[in-house]
Amino acid sequence: MLDDKDRIFTNLYGFQDWGLKGAKGRGDWDDTKALMALGQDAIIDIVKASGLRGRGGAGFPTGMKWSFMPKEPKPGKPNFLVINADESEPGSCKDREIIRHDPHKLIEGALLAGFAMRARAGYIYIRGEFIREAETLFAAVQQAYDAGLLGKNAAGSGYDFDLFVHRGAGAYICGEETAMLNSLEGKKGLPRLKPPFPAGAGLYGCPTTVNNVESIAVVPTILRRGAPWFKSFGREKNEGTKLFQISGHVNKPCVVEESMSIPFRELIDRHAGGIRGGWDNLLAVIPGGSSVPLVPAEQIMDCPMDFDALRDLQSGLGTAAIIVMDKSTDVVRAIARLSYFYKHESCGQCTPCREGTGWMWRVMERLREGNAEMHEIDMLWDVTKQVEGHTICALGDAAAWPIQGLIRHYRPELERRIAERQAGALEAAE
Amino acid sequence: MADILPNSIPDLGELRARWGAFAWTKENEKQAKVVVGRYPPGRQHSAIIPLLDLAQRQVGAETNTQGWLPVPVIEFVAAYLDMPYIRAYEVATFYTMFNLAPVGRFHVQVCGTTPCMLAGSDDVFAACKAKGLLKGRTTPDGLFTLNEVECLGACANAPMVQINDDNYEDLTFESTTALLEALARGETPKPGPQGVARRTSEPEGGPTSLVEMVSENHDYRSRWNSEAQA
Repeated sequence: MLDDKDRIFTNLYGFQDWGLKGAKGRGDWDDTKALMALGQDAIIDIVKASGLRGRGGAGFPTGMKWSFMPKEPKPGKPNFLVINADESEPGSCKDREIIRHDPHKLIEGALLAGFAMRARAGYIYIRGEFIREAETLFAAVQQAYDAGLLGKNAAGSGYDFDLFVHRGAGAYICGEETAMLNSLEGKKGLPRLKPPFPAGAGLYGCPTTVNNVESIAVVPTILRRGAPWFKSFGREKNEGTKLFQISGHVNKPCVVEESMSIPFRELIDRHAGGIRGGWDNLLAVIPGGSSVPLVPAEQIMDCPMDFDALRDLQSGLGTAAIIVMDKSTDVVRAIARLSYFYKHESCGQCTPCREGTGWMWRVMERLREGNAEMHEIDMLWDVTKQVEGHTICALGDAAAWPIQGLIRHYRPELERRIAERQAGALEAAE
Repeated sequence: MADILPNSIPDLGELRARWGAFAWTKENEKQAKVVVGRYPPGRQHSAIIPLLDLAQRQVGAETNTQGWLPVPVIEFVAAYLDMPYIRAYEVATFYTMFNLAPVGRFHVQVCGTTPCMLAGSDDVFAACKAKGLLKGRTTPDGLFTLNEVECLGACANAPMVQINDDNYEDLTFESTTALLEALARGETPKPGPQGVARRTSEPEGGPTSLVEMVSENHDYRSRWNSEAQA
């Protein structure tokens, strides 16, 4: 188990003061100026060397992302840092804990990241429904300004950096980075075609990097303790510590920081009080938020929880939002409800997604009842393949994958429902 | 994307009569300036979401409800930001938190997405129904509007409901019933986990990590060894 001294988010549960005084008592903002004195490129190199991969779901190396930003911004084209706090992926609830209980880790990280990528301003885009969380974040940013940690000569470093909080108003799609930029510009949250990538033309047409809250908030500790420390946790290419969010049929759902690559069984037994009804009662797990395919019990029980191990199971770590389903679960309904979610959240820009999410949901609802023909299972599979990879953003993929996972692993269950329904209809006719 | 509630939307003539003279209150006028100041000069359109929210809250305060966005109010905000009405209107209709029809004093938004569903959101909806709350409707006394919403990001505390600005978590049929009854009586129930032995998202019964943090603002740095800065 990860030792408490190696946990980054020590006030994760909010037992103590989230404010500046409490945060300083835990080691935040401790000589930030000295960290900045390492230099912009040195900071990027340390983050690269730490092995930190983006915590928002895609797992792209954070330091490398920063290195795409122009080193010498052109006049009138300043670099921007945008922090993605639009946490909306079903199952995910980690950024909320950082924001409401340890906001200064995020704010200090924003200064360090913004400095490293030569940004003079950053925006934290927080989902609209995080109302109390946003209140805390606004207050924490104000505390940082009042203490001279943001703004002109931030933290006495000689570098000017402004940080603003921007609230959304309810749209899952704004978690997609280019939709977020459109939303931040005051438009509908429609994803943009790439290229150009945000590092070339992002917010207001200026070079922009969008990072997840957790990716930014771990940076100060990585700089304080060094890349080798962070890299010492987890398997190769999956290093670091990670906030896991455990929901569904465990005895004690919770959010907890653990070492990457911790085996699923250990994570659940140690922190979540085990599977409801015991390990024999485990049916399946969605290991990384609603967008990744589910994994049947026997495959996940001893799987290391990291990017590559879960990819090998044709699933993914995503945001490490673990949704546990025991044998009482109507697994078809569980996935159908996700199909409804994607139908609801499709922005409507691309036809395969706009039409496909609704179509897939309607078929899923019929499959729940077995009110379908056998060949429709293959047809549904085909449609998911038509949607996947044929849209501007990954929402189409995210809508397709859970259904593909269901068909891949639970096709007999789908067929059973259809057969039962058809047998019932025959009996009724006789 | 915002669902239009089946409640009747007053016709435009009535709306103009009631809201045609909408303008910021003194306090909100100040706040609107602060919001616009967060964006670079000439980029004031960025403020459309926060200002529509501010306007909706002002309508709410004036009507003792959670507020909504009548057309004249959207027009006012669009003009304030010097943007075409249709650009503001398409933002108002895209984001679910903007109400396009009146809502009650309490906007009961129950999460129905899979993590909450697995944890028993059916029971939460059943409790709402037993109290006379119907999805997409406002109760006849104008007190409660019920909506099913998508994941609100509190999955480790599922099932949950957001009522106005607060989350109520770890719900059951009974605690949901108690919550609605308390609100109807004019009480303000404590937000967060309901009837469960935990403060926030730590495991029920006490954290399995960071136990020192429960009683004091523990500083773990003394145990950081002498790891060198990279």
